Amino acid sequence: MQSKPSQNSKSSLFHRLSTELEINTRMLAMIGALIFIWVVLNVLTDGIFFTSRNLYNLAVQTSVVGIMATGMVLVIVARHIDLSVGSLMGFTGMVIAYLQVHVFTLGAAWNWTMTVVCGLVLGGIVGLWQGWWVAYRGVPAFVVTLGGLLVFRGGAYLVTDGRTVAPMDKTYQLLGGGIDGSIGATWSWVFGIVCILLMIFGTLSNRVRRKKYGFKPKARWAELVLLLIGIGVVCAFVMIMNSYYKPRTEIPRGIPIPVLILISVVAVMTLLAKITKFGRYVFAIGGNPEAAELSGINVQRVTMYIFMVMGILCGIAAVITTARLNAGANSMGTMAELNVIAAAVIGGTSLAGGIGTIAGAILGAVIMQSLESGMVLMGVTSAMRQVVIGLVLIIAVWFDVMYNKNKR
Amino acid sequence: MRNIHKRFGGVHAVQGVSIDLMPGEVVGVLGHNGAGKTVLMKALSGAIPCDEGEIIINGQQVAIKRPRDARHHGIETIYQTLALSDNLDAPANLFLGREIMTPYGTLDDGAMENEARKVIQRLNPNFTNIKDPVRNMSGGQRQSVAIARAIYFNAKILIMDEPTAALGPHETAMVAELIKQLKSEGIGIFLISHDLHDVFDLADRVSVIKNGKLVGTEYTSQVTKDEVLGMIILGKQPGESKAA
Repeated sequence: MQSKPSQNSKSSLFHRLSTELEINTRMLAMIGALIFIWVVLNVLTDGIFFTSRNLYNLAVQTSVVGIMATGMVLVIVARHIDLSVGSLMGFTGMVIAYLQVHVFTLGAAWNWTMTVVCGLVLGGIVGLWQGWWVAYRGVPAFVVTLGGLLVFRGGAYLVTDGRTVAPMDKTYQLLGGGIDGSIGATWSWVFGIVCILLMIFGTLSNRVRRKKYGFKPKARWAELVLLLIGIGVVCAFVMIMNSYYKPRTEIPRGIPIPVLILISVVAVMTLLAKITKFGRYVFAIGGNPEAAELSGINVQRVTMYIFMVMGILCGIAAVITTARLNAGANSMGTMAELNVIAAAVIGGTSLAGGIGTIAGAILGAVIMQSLESGMVLMGVTSAMRQVVIGLVLIIAVWFDVMYNKNKR
Repeated sequence: MRNIHKRFGGVHAVQGVSIDLMPGEVVGVLGHNGAGKTVLMKALSGAIPCDEGEIIINGQQVAIKRPRDARHHGIETIYQTLALSDNLDAPANLFLGREIMTPYGTLDDGAMENEARKVIQRLNPNFTNIKDPVRNMSGGQRQSVAIARAIYFNAKILIMDEPTAALGPHETAMVAELIKQLKSEGIGIFLISHDLHDVFDLADRVSVIKNGKLVGTEYTSQVTKDEVLGMIILGKQPGESKAA
């Protein structure tokens, strides 16, 4: 890399900070942007934005788009696109609701678990099917999933001829994070402490691994700073979720279940991307498909599995959506594909392929959802909200282009 | 390789070429652009499976349909384009498709980085930023990664397609040195080039291809550069040019 002399001391400090902490400069910039947006929205809404109630709802609302965005990162990194995620979510959601209400025994304990399994399997199968068209039949993903967008939106209608299916199982509803759909104060702290222990363990094992091969370890202060920030974020999150009470009581809600699902999905997807062969191959294909093929990677199979993962994630999103709505409606997930793609792209996933992170996509989803809910609080009309979000998308990608230009 | 054919639609790119290689021997494959030399070598490396003909290694006929098959038989290729994933770092590229795994079935990045450092150190001692994405690397460094990938896995046959095309004089000399060293270790090397001068001093034999056909194979010790040039340009046998 050509290291240009930095224009001023501030940018060099920023750069040094990012190399020592081993975080991407763009990730730092995005976190900065998010904090800036939050502060501005808080001022504009006279402090409503930072209430625990709003942050709680923000977290719940982010989970559906966030879950699908983690899969979209892999799809886009491998130089494909999936336009069918919203329709696929609507379709699997309708099938889940139909099975739960009309097919399986009502009220049985196995009912809702079976419907969840069926939903995920169905999502996976549909994903495989679309992936097969892309990988083995050479139809561009744009076309296959555009077709899928229509097919599965129609399919969602056909499941019940357009009728809404309700109500869902009582236990199942908890997955959507309603009034009782959170884990309470004690378990939230347990969860937070487990997260902190995992972070400490991760830092230590990383240090041990680098020592084993005699690589330069991360600066001790950098490790400590990152760890403290991580602990701070976890504690703040748990405290905020615990300070939002159930209606007309003093009982803290704690972390909502959909957010727990999101966090688990993020953890699994990050591991998938970083430490498995599959993840490595996805990025290799995105960087140079010919080279990946010449390296003996089965590009077709990997491509097909990428779409399967995306389909399963749509199934998870469908579970949360139906549980939250307490119903299956065939319009679920309309236009969700655009929010999901926008979240991934705002989060730094390059449409040229090869570049993107799961964490970035979640940040992107949080940024989008913050703007959305902040504007709702300000009383901005839905038409105006669309205008703003659309412009933000263009500007985010423009920043991306500028960032890449400056790096060369 | 015996009697290899490859057709692309109406174009018969390689028409019945046979070529052989001994352990520890360097064979230069020469020809104009478009003569069919790269296609011939890609048939051996599995990138473009051949339509007809057979490939025999150590007396055994083998089927090479995919790059994986070629690697399995100890055939490694350094492509002219290098075939690197620009967004990945050097260790990831070096081990692409053949990752070192931990006992838990996950990628062992530490071990891969360690091995990559060792092998790259040998090739290019000044090359230390191996954890950068290869897109940020110089031409020589990228070449080092591609070469390291080919020699790390104990290849028996090495195919080098225009290995010095992107390199400066110093790095070219380094590659020449490396070829001599690999040769002494008993590795057979196909050296593909359109430039006679790159190849003549390094190769034991040269095979000249013109318009998809083999013009001839000669020991470099028994022909002059001008005679080989005559083969490349006019398709003439060395004897003919003497008579003319």
